[in-house]
Order: sequence, then C-alpha cells, then structure tokens
Amino acid sequence: MSYPLLSLAIWIPVAAGIIVLSTGSDRNAGLARILALAGAMLGFVVTLPLYVGFDTTTAAMQFVESSVWIPNFNIHYRLGVDGISVLFVLLNSLITVFVVLAGWQVIKRKIAQYNAAFLIMSGLMNGIFCALDGMLFYVFFEASLIPLYLIIGIWGGPNRVYAAIKFFLYTLLGSLLFLLALIYLFNVSGSFSILEWHDLRIPQNAQIWLFLAFLMAFAVKVPMFPVHTWLPDAHVEAPTGGSVVLAAIALKLGAYGFLRFSLPIAPDAAHELTWLMIALSLIAVVYIGFVALAQKDMKKLVAYSSISHMGFVTLGFFMLSALSVEGALVQMISHGFVSAAMFLCIGVLYDRMHSRQIADYGGVVNTMPKFAALFMLFAMANAGLPATSGFVGEFMVILAAVKFNFWIGFAAATTLILGAAYTLWMYKRVVFGAMTNDPVRELVDLNRREFLILALLALCVLGMGLYPQPFTEVMHVSVDNLLKHVALPKY
Amino acid sequence: MVNLYLLAALAPLVGAIVAGLFCRVAPRWLAAGVTIAGVAVSFVASVLIFNDVQAGHPFNGAVYTWLTAGSYRFEVGFLIDSLTTLMMLVVTFVSLMVHIYTLGYMKDDAGYNRFFSYISLFTFSMLMLVMANNFMQLFFGWEAVGLVSYLLIGFWYTRPTAIFANLKAFLVNRVGDFGFLLGIGLTLAHFGSLDYATVFVQAPEFANTTINLWGSAEWSLLTVICICLFIGAMGKSAQAPLHVWLPDSMEGPTPISALIHAATMVTAGIFMVSRMSPLFELSTTALSLVMFIGAMTALFMGFLGMVQNDIKRVVAYSTLSQLGYMTVALGASAYSVAVFHLMTHAFFKALLFLAAGSVIIGMRHDQDMRNMGGLRKYMPITWITCLVGSLALIGTPFFSGFYSKDSIIEAARLSHIPGAGFAYFAVLAGVFVTAFYSFRLYFLVFHGEERFGKAHTEHGHDEEHHGLAPGQKPHESPWVVTLPLILLAIPSVLIGIFTIEPLLVGDYFKDVIFVDAAARPVMVELAEEFHGAWAMALHAFTSLKIWLSPFWLALAGVVLSWFFYMKRPDIPAAIARRFSGIYTLLDNKYYFDKFNEIVFARGARLVGEGFWKFGDVAMIDGLVNGAARLVARVAALLRPAQTGYVYHYAFTMVVGLALLLAFWVLPLSLVK
Repeated sequence: MSYPLLSLAIWIPVAAGIIVLSTGSDRNAGLARILALAGAMLGFVVTLPLYVGFDTTTAAMQFVESSVWIPNFNIHYRLGVDGISVLFVLLNSLITVFVVLAGWQVIKRKIAQYNAAFLIMSGLMNGIFCALDGMLFYVFFEASLIPLYLIIGIWGGPNRVYAAIKFFLYTLLGSLLFLLALIYLFNVSGSFSILEWHDLRIPQNAQIWLFLAFLMAFAVKVPMFPVHTWLPDAHVEAPTGGSVVLAAIALKLGAYGFLRFSLPIAPDAAHELTWLMIALSLIAVVYIGFVALAQKDMKKLVAYSSISHMGFVTLGFFMLSALSVEGALVQMISHGFVSAAMFLCIGVLYDRMHSRQIADYGGVVNTMPKFAALFMLFAMANAGLPATSGFVGEFMVILAAVKFNFWIGFAAATTLILGAAYTLWMYKRVVFGAMTNDPVRELVDLNRREFLILALLALCVLGMGLYPQPFTEVMHVSVDNLLKHVALPKY
Repeated sequence: MVNLYLLAALAPLVGAIVAGLFCRVAPRWLAAGVTIAGVAVSFVASVLIFNDVQAGHPFNGAVYTWLTAGSYRFEVGFLIDSLTTLMMLVVTFVSLMVHIYTLGYMKDDAGYNRFFSYISLFTFSMLMLVMANNFMQLFFGWEAVGLVSYLLIGFWYTRPTAIFANLKAFLVNRVGDFGFLLGIGLTLAHFGSLDYATVFVQAPEFANTTINLWGSAEWSLLTVICICLFIGAMGKSAQAPLHVWLPDSMEGPTPISALIHAATMVTAGIFMVSRMSPLFELSTTALSLVMFIGAMTALFMGFLGMVQNDIKRVVAYSTLSQLGYMTVALGASAYSVAVFHLMTHAFFKALLFLAAGSVIIGMRHDQDMRNMGGLRKYMPITWITCLVGSLALIGTPFFSGFYSKDSIIEAARLSHIPGAGFAYFAVLAGVFVTAFYSFRLYFLVFHGEERFGKAHTEHGHDEEHHGLAPGQKPHESPWVVTLPLILLAIPSVLIGIFTIEPLLVGDYFKDVIFVDAAARPVMVELAEEFHGAWAMALHAFTSLKIWLSPFWLALAGVVLSWFFYMKRPDIPAAIARRFSGIYTLLDNKYYFDKFNEIVFARGARLVGEGFWKFGDVAMIDGLVNGAARLVARVAALLRPAQTGYVYHYAFTMVVGLALLLAFWVLPLSLVK
C-alpha cells in the first residue's frame, strides 16, 4: 500500500473546497469554477484505484489506514472499505464532478462558497463511507449535514429557511439517539472500533434498544416512512446541485448505516424486527407511490419517487438474502445515477422557465428534442425499464421478495405499475403534447455543458443496465460474509 | 454460429442507433438505407439460421453473464430451435416489408429518420425476445418491445389522443408485466434458475407441489406460475380485460400497426405460452383459464369490429379477435396450431393493415369508412391485395388463414378440458362475425357509391386529418407501398397449404413444444383427421352440417354484409335504431374504457391525493409542525421573562435571594 487512497479521497475534495473558498468574492468566479472542477475531478481520479485494486476475494477491509486520534477515549482515525462501501466512494466522487458542472452557469452569486460547500461535503461523505471508527463516523455523519444545510439555506428557493430547518431538526433528532448508542457501545466494549463492535455479545433487550436508536438515525436519512416528510420540502427548496447530492448520495448514508451498524451489531434485534422494517419499506413503495401520483410539482414528484425507490433498498436489506441485499445495493447505486439525472433534467427546465409546476409546461419536445430524448431515457430508468440501471435492483429485490413471501413480492411489484404511472404521466404532461404555454415556445435546447452531463449519466444508466455484473462482483464476498454474520445469534 | 445469431439480432440495433443518434443531422436516405440494410441482413441471417436448425443444429447457450447474486446466475443467451427460427423469419420478413413500405408512407413526415430508428429498434427488441434462452432475457425483450410500442403510438406527440393512447398502452401492459414478473419470481424461487432448459427439465417434479397463498387453501405451484405468466401474455397479446390498449394504439402511424400491433409484438404472449408448454401442460386449471379468456376475446372483440367506422379500428378489433383464437388454441394444448395461426395471421394481418394504410394515403389521411366507397377503380393493387387479405382472414379454403383457423376450431372441438364447449361455440360463431366485419370493410371501402370528396363538416380541419377535398380523386400509392402489399399477399395465400403438414402433423416442433398427449390428445386426434392439405380444403365444401361448418358460416357472413352494405344500406341503420341498447353497448366497447377511466385512473389519482393530503400533510407534517409550534408556544410563554433590562434581572435576583433566605433561614429560626 503506497498511497493512503482513502485519506486522499476524503481530504482532496475538502482541501480543494478550502482553496476554492479562498478565492473569495464573485470577482474571481471563473477561477473558483475552474479550481472546483479540477478539485472534483482529481477527487474522482484518486478513487479509481480503489476499484481497480480492489480484491474481490476477501470480505476483510481493504486500503486500511489507522492511527490514534483521541487516545483517552480510544478513538482512532481508522479507514477502510469493503465490497459494500467501496462503490459509494466512487459514486460520490463522480457525482461531485457532475454537480460542479451543473452549477457552472446557473449559480450566479457566492460562486466560490457554493462550490466549496459541495467539495467539502463530498469529502466528508467519503469519510462516512470509509470510517471504521464509530466516533469518526459520527463526526463525518454530522459534519456533512452542515454544508447541505447551508446549500439549501443560502442558494435555495423562497421557502428555504423552513425546509432547511425541518431538514436539520429531523436529522439531528435521529443523530442524538445515534450518539447515545455509540456511547453505550463504547461503555460495553471500551473501544470505538466498528469492527470490534461487530463481534460484541449484546443481550437481546439491549440489542433492540440499540437497533431502534440506529433506526431513528438512519430511517430519517433514508428516509423511511413515516419520517420522510422533510425530503420533498428539502428537494423543492434546494438548488439543483443540492437536490442531486441529496438524492444521489445523502439518502444512501442512512441505508449504508443499516449495513454497517444495525445488521452486524444487533443481528438478533434485526431478525426480531424484520416485520417492522419490511412493513415500513412496503408502505414506502406503495403508499408513497400513490402520493407521487398526486404531485403537481416536478421536484416533489421525483422526491417522492426517491422515497419509494429507497423503500426497495430497505426492503432488500431486511429480507436478508444474498439476492435481496445485493439487489438493494445495486438499487442504491442505480438510484444515484437516475435520481441525479432526473433532478438535473428538472434543473434544466427550471433554469429556463423558473417553474417546477407540471402545469406550466407541455410540449417541451417541440423546442427541446435532445433534452426530451435524454429525459425519456431517465424517466424509463426511473420506471425500472430493463436495460437501464433502474431495472436491475428492482428486479433482484422483487425476485427475492417473491421467494421470501409471495404477497410481499406482490406488494413490491406494484411499483411496476405505480412507478410507470407517476413517472410517465409527468413526462407526458411536461414533454409531450402541443405547446399550450407560451414560454415553452421560447425554450432553447440543451447546451453543450448540459448535454455532456446528461449524456455521461445516460451512459452510466445504460451500462449498468446492460452489464451489472462488474458492480455485483465487488459485493459478493462482503455481502455473503455479512449475511453469515447476521445469521449467527449473538446474545 | 453464435456470431451469426449476434449478427441477426444486432444488425437492426446498429441501424437504429445510427438513424436515431443522428436523426437530426443524417440525410433521409442514410437513415432509411442503414435501417433497411440492417433488417435485410437480419432477414438473410435468419434464413441461414433456419436452414442450419433444419439441418439438425439447434443451439442453447449463454453469450455473457449478466449478473450473479448468491447462488443465482442470470445470463444473456440464445435458444435457437425451430420455434425461434420460425418467429425470426416472420419478424424479420414483416419488418423488412414494413421498412420498405415506410419509405412511401412516411415520405412527408418530419420524423422520418426517427421513425426508421424506432422500427429497427423494435425489430432488435423482438428478436431478443424470441431468441432468449431464459426468462430474464425474455422479460428484457418483453419490456423493450413495450417501450418501442409506447414511443411509436405516441409518435405524433402533439396529438392529445396519441399521447393518451401511448401512456395507456404502457400502463396496461405494465399490469400484465406485474403478473409476469411474479410468475418469473415464483419460478426462480422454486426452480432456482431462470434458464428455460433447467426449468423445463425439473417441471414434472413440481407437478404435485402446492403452495399456500391465502388462509389454508393449497394451490398447485404450477397453476399459480402459469396464471401469473399468462397475465403477462394477456397484457402483451391484448386479451380481455387487458385488451383496452390495442384499439387506442391505432393512433400510431399505420406501418407500426402492421408490424407491432398485428404481426409481431402482440403475438409475443402466444409465443411465450408456446415456449412454456412444458409448464402449462402440467396445469389443466391454467389451460382452462387460458382457453376461457381466449374464447371471450375471440368472440366479444369480434362483435366490436362490426360497429367501427374507422378503417384501422376494424382491423384492430379483428386482430384482438384473432389473438383470441390463438389463445384458444393454446388452451386446447394445440400450441403448434397457435403458432401456425400466429404465422399466417402475421402475413395476412400485416397485409390488411398496410392495405388500410395505402387507403389512408389515398384518402389523404381520412380514416372514416363512411367517406370512402368505390376505391377499387382508383387503387387496383390495394384493392386486390386487400381482398386477398380479407379472404385469408375469414378462412376461405386454400388460403393460409383457412388452414390455421380451421385447425383451431377443430382443436377446440376435440378438447375436453373445462371451458372447451364454450370455446368451441365462441370460435365457431366468431367465424361468422369475422366474415361479416371483414367484408363490411371491404364493401364500404372498395365498392358501392363513391362517398369521398364531399365536404364533411363533422371533421376538425387540423392538418393531420384533412381528407380529400371536393372533386379530388384518390390515387394508387407508389410502388414502395404496393410492393410490400404484393409480397405479403403471396404468403397470405400460399403459406398455409405448404406448411400445415410439417407444422401440425409433422415433427417440426418435436422436442420444442411439449404436449401431454396421454392427458390431452388433441394434437394426436387432429393428426388422425388430417389427410393432406388439399383434402382438408375440399372437405370444407362438402361438410353437411352447415351450422357447424366454418366455411358455410363465413360465406353467410360475407353474404349478409353484402346484403347490408351493398344491397340495402338502410338496414344497418335501422337495426342500430331498433336494438339501440346493444348498439350503444358495442359502440362504447362494453364500457371497459369508461370503467377503467373512472375506477382505476381517477381512483388512483384520488387515492394518491388522499394519501398525500391526509397522510403526509395533515398527519405527519401536522405532527412535526405541531411539535415545532408547541416549542414555539412554550417559548412564547417564557419569553416575557427575558426582557433584557438589567433592573428586571436585578429585581428578580433580589426576590429570589429573599425567597431562598426565607427558605433556609426561617426553618432555622423556628427551631430556635
């Protein structure tokens, strides 16, 4: 191991963010943009060796770094990735590049600060996926809230303060319980090492409490029903880049937490509460699917669709089979691409018309054919059409669900109808038809920058849909190991 | 050979990508040329593959591993056997005809390149569907053809009816896919694989397996799987009650109605059930359901064809009815008969649609048959080929449709599973209905009084639906339109007589389609009755029981439609008035659309609205905001104490100190 790759993945974006911040006022906007893009791309490039050099035959942590951080409490700066987390580091770093590009001409004030917020957030989120120390995880987990809070609060829409505070309070509530759980685990084990916690023997009763504390923290982030209502508001008020990161990465943090904390530390509680988790997941799929149908605001619609898709992730996790867990992980990555693309598409429209209301559009295809074609691809991916990445995870989870219990599979499979209904109905009202609203006549098709971003995402979506094997290959051993671990009683 | 298989499948894809990605910059000849070349290559490759399979070289193998998870392995691969090659030939041939036809039909359309891209993409998807060697890839192709169908129905995306129809088609198909996916899930859960060969080999072991779905009732596993799979087939092959999307799909350009909504995509369900014959043969319950649904569709959709005035819609309802016939054959365990009818139908129905399209060009995009009449003078090739197609459709002896349809009727008669009696009645009565509406169309369009060229005020004067101006005469279509008509007319006549023997009584489908001959000996009995193709056709004339003879029933239908529409055109109107209840029912298509519109479409929106307003906004956010408000209110109560004035604080401190002193000191003094 020559380079501390994980540290680089975390600190390059953060350092880049600080440098961008130092360019100061908007007079140096051009420089800030270029520095931000360079930082984001460098941040992405350093994550590539993580995939190339990844050993798919072991479930052990790889690229491990460890040094003492706070000796008094046995807190370490300890990093490492396994088959579950490594892909998210790459995804996050890639999405950051898109986000910087997406804000290129659109963000007109506090440009350095805007880009810096995204870069720093990107680094911190990489930290979450890499941290192997509970306290380090917690610090990253909480710190990443701040940039997102600022992004919504400063560059957001008219109702941004309500949304930002709602978002912040919701997540903070969960986080406090999470901190209590961490302190409990430290008291029991004398360590903050997550891997050591995995082997702790904890009484069933305590496991339940731990599980619930974790659940509060992670369920809010995912978000799971019924603690999801912050997400539509946050999305609606967030600038496009904020929505992209929120949907593509931030929602994955909670789901990742289930795999890193809830399942391995409290496996018996997980078994006991499977019914609860599956019930909440199915409510997310079905109930939220219907709610999405009723939305009149495109961003809200896609936000609800995100919740519904994340329902598949939690459903997959708690059916505890290799097919379902890998399906859920695939769904997470795919959702990263697809939701990012959907929000970028809505951003493209918003930048031109300054409206997110479906009713203000109609007939966009007449003036923006290139956009319409790409948006169609992403809409289809959102509806889970085969050959797009959206299909793979849903397919795996539904198949696993039918095996688990026919009626759970039945409920999950309703997404085939609901997902298509809300996505394509929106597409129809926005893109198809004659131009009834005058501003639509004035629309200009995608510029080169927009086209580049969406086309790259389209390649990701299609590539993953046609050949998902490289993605799941990485996960196999780690997922198997996790499932074996969860199957053993621990109290 | 795998390279040849890949070539057959991918050549149209390459064409689609080139024409599609550069649709806005590529010249028209390039888009048309590259897609036609792609499909032609695919057709030639299909012929070569067909010969290779006939020479005894079937193939079953993977191309690449799509995904592995746990103990499961999902692969993309090909199963090339006699069923596959037959489908490949039909698909690529009809597709090639439609590509050529499009040169003429879409000549003036701004979306010319895009259209070629779509139909080539469709050809690729359909080939992937029929060449699949596993359920996963089947589902891939299944949804992909659905996507292209969606894109093509909505091809003229500014028309509100078109974009309504394409959304409807996609969603109704998704209902079918919902069942289909559950069937696939159950298959994987119990068989541990999605590979056809692996599943089919194990199937007999599961013949008596039951699963518990509800309460204590035990269901046969294979019955549940087959019903789930069949729900998928009902969506794609438009069987009642999931048929509602197909008539509306006529909003798409006519070439795709021929290719997708008549010849190929809608028959995917028929193909799928035939492919799954080793599973369906193990469940009489499922077969009964299949037969019942098919019989309902065959008869009742035929009735609807009798009252349509839009030329394409007549053909569309006829397609629904014919798909019902195929489904009946499936239910009777006569899979090879279903595939046989699928093939003959692909030719003559594509022909009829393309002929209808030619009429529509001639009529300048007026599709109302009430404005036509006497076109035979002006469009001779269209007239003759349409007559050939109609004769094939109604089952005239020696025409291809006769052999396949008669075999289906015989199969229904010979079958003894529950529902076979009804099915036999339905397909027999359907012959009369088919003949009636087919020749109603024929007479209204090509014979009788010339009704075109009159100013019809009931039509909107939008650009797409102009119709002929007063005094204008229709013209025969250009050769690129008529050539495919002629090339399709040839197999419409001849294909039956030459292929019935190998397909139905020979061993063409040996080892491909599995029939439990001991339990359901329909095919064996059919073979016993068969004494050659000529004898079969001649026998039709000599049948004595007129009411049970398809030939005489068809003739009666033709004569009646001649009488109604040539001799006494006043009678149909009188009947419509007299039996206005039935007429209204038919005119409203049994109210399926209205029911779906109100119950499902509006219902789902209302449920969504309700969930959102009451669940999310009122309850959850009410709680959240309520909590926030509570904090704010408590804070408001406490706020007056925080005045910020030093003398207030000082005063509070003094009072507090006094109280504390009193608290501590007074008890002490009392003790003293």
